[in-house]
Amino acid sequence: MNSIVEELTTKNREEVKLCKELEFELAPGDDFSFVQKFMDVKSERNALIRAAHGTTTLAFKFREGVLVATDSRATMGNVIASQEVKKVIEINDRLLGTMAGGAADCSYWGRVLGMECRMYQLRNKKLISVAAASKILANIVYRYKGSGLSMGMMVAGWDDKGPGLYYVDSDAQRITNDLFSVGSGSTFAYGVLDAHYRYDMDLDEAKDLARRAIYHATHRDAFSGGIVRMYWLHKDGWTAYPLEDVSELYYKYHPEIAITNAADSPLTVNAS
Amino acid sequence: MEFGLQLNERPMEAPREAHGHNHWNPYVDTGGTSLAIAGEDFVLVASDTRQSDGYNINTRYDSKAFELSNKTVLALSICSADGKRLYEILEQRAQLYFHKHDKPIGTEALAQLLSNTLYSRRMFPYYVFPILAGVKADGKGVAYSYDALGNMKDVTHIAYGSAAALVQPFLDSQVGFANQRNADPNRQLTRDQAMRIAIDAFTGSTERDIYTGDWLEIFVVDATGVHKEVRELKHD
Repeated sequence: MNSIVEELTTKNREEVKLCKELEFELAPGDDFSFVQKFMDVKSERNALIRAAHGTTTLAFKFREGVLVATDSRATMGNVIASQEVKKVIEINDRLLGTMAGGAADCSYWGRVLGMECRMYQLRNKKLISVAAASKILANIVYRYKGSGLSMGMMVAGWDDKGPGLYYVDSDAQRITNDLFSVGSGSTFAYGVLDAHYRYDMDLDEAKDLARRAIYHATHRDAFSGGIVRMYWLHKDGWTAYPLEDVSELYYKYHPEIAITNAADSPLTVNAS
Repeated sequence: MEFGLQLNERPMEAPREAHGHNHWNPYVDTGGTSLAIAGEDFVLVASDTRQSDGYNINTRYDSKAFELSNKTVLALSICSADGKRLYEILEQRAQLYFHKHDKPIGTEALAQLLSNTLYSRRMFPYYVFPILAGVKADGKGVAYSYDALGNMKDVTHIAYGSAAALVQPFLDSQVGFANQRNADPNRQLTRDQAMRIAIDAFTGSTERDIYTGDWLEIFVVDATGVHKEVRELKHD
């Protein structure tokens, strides 16, 4: 009898899991650090397991919505793993996430967030707010705080309150503001953004500012590069823009410099 | 989700050394190189078969690329033991999918499953850098590359392993036509061209990388299935 009571009371008290896939092989106890010394998620050292990462991402609110822009370079140690990474996660047709830090961490939890947002929509028959979506992400990563996740994500979207923009990182910090830049190139992007950002910009001005900020970050930060990827969030959802190669932007921003190609012709003027 | 097999097992603990000087290292790099080239209606995977530990050659024939039952090929670089274990898990899951749904698991679904399987070991990762290659339902060739934690990307050409730094720039030039202004961006390689490039990549890396050599296994996957051939590399 006691065993039946026990069965009904204690054994069924198990916490309802968000999703079976979220249970993974955690190294338990105080030994999180064991495997971490073999891993390098931030290009800090020459570790065995080098995770793809490195980034410039930015997003800001402006008069006509939210503009999101990223570069596309992924590095593993000092090797460029890819020049055409997609660092914007399309969570649903009104929500976007950006990824900086460990690429696997961001894409995995971004995918989980997409699932949770869809579950919310099915349960409540309405789209999730940006605040709630970013809170779900912050709550998930808080469970893994201290275990070595590395992510700096922005969640941007449009809900009943208008444009929304949150920054969530792997310390489970979650803040909202009009302007964020995340990643190794963020300092350079902030320099451009802070100098020229106005809330009152129109769409073309906003796109130009975002493009220039990413471009300058790719120019000065070795871990950023590739192409500029831009999204505009407005009341009807998001619009993606064509990709722009930063090496072509270089000649666009410096019209006095003619394009030469190492294979085609020697450079006769002094390079600076 | 009754198929969450490896997720429901006993939680994996990072092993600890009993007599702690903390010098023990669970990760071994057994060398070797793998590459994949995706074409319009095919995908080619090539791996050498040398397995070494430091300056010792353990064996001259240890396969790193495996055909899965759904007509995809999985190539695994770096740690042979982790790679084999990962292949077994994936093959089991592919078999379970087949018996449950009465059709082979699609390449895209398997690609996502591999990503999730790798991430399920986020706190004690497999020391592998996998490449998954197959044909999609529409017959197009695809290759997916991963890091050890499960970050996934579909690629037209990729090289992983001890000679990756030698092979990847060669593929960028000969398959991706990188920085070649006059190259037609829509140009597609034929099978014979892809085969030539793969063989050249491996004969070249055998000359310059001590961990690559002995034998070369080449898989060509197309709508009709997986075609494997073995070629000889230098043994010194």
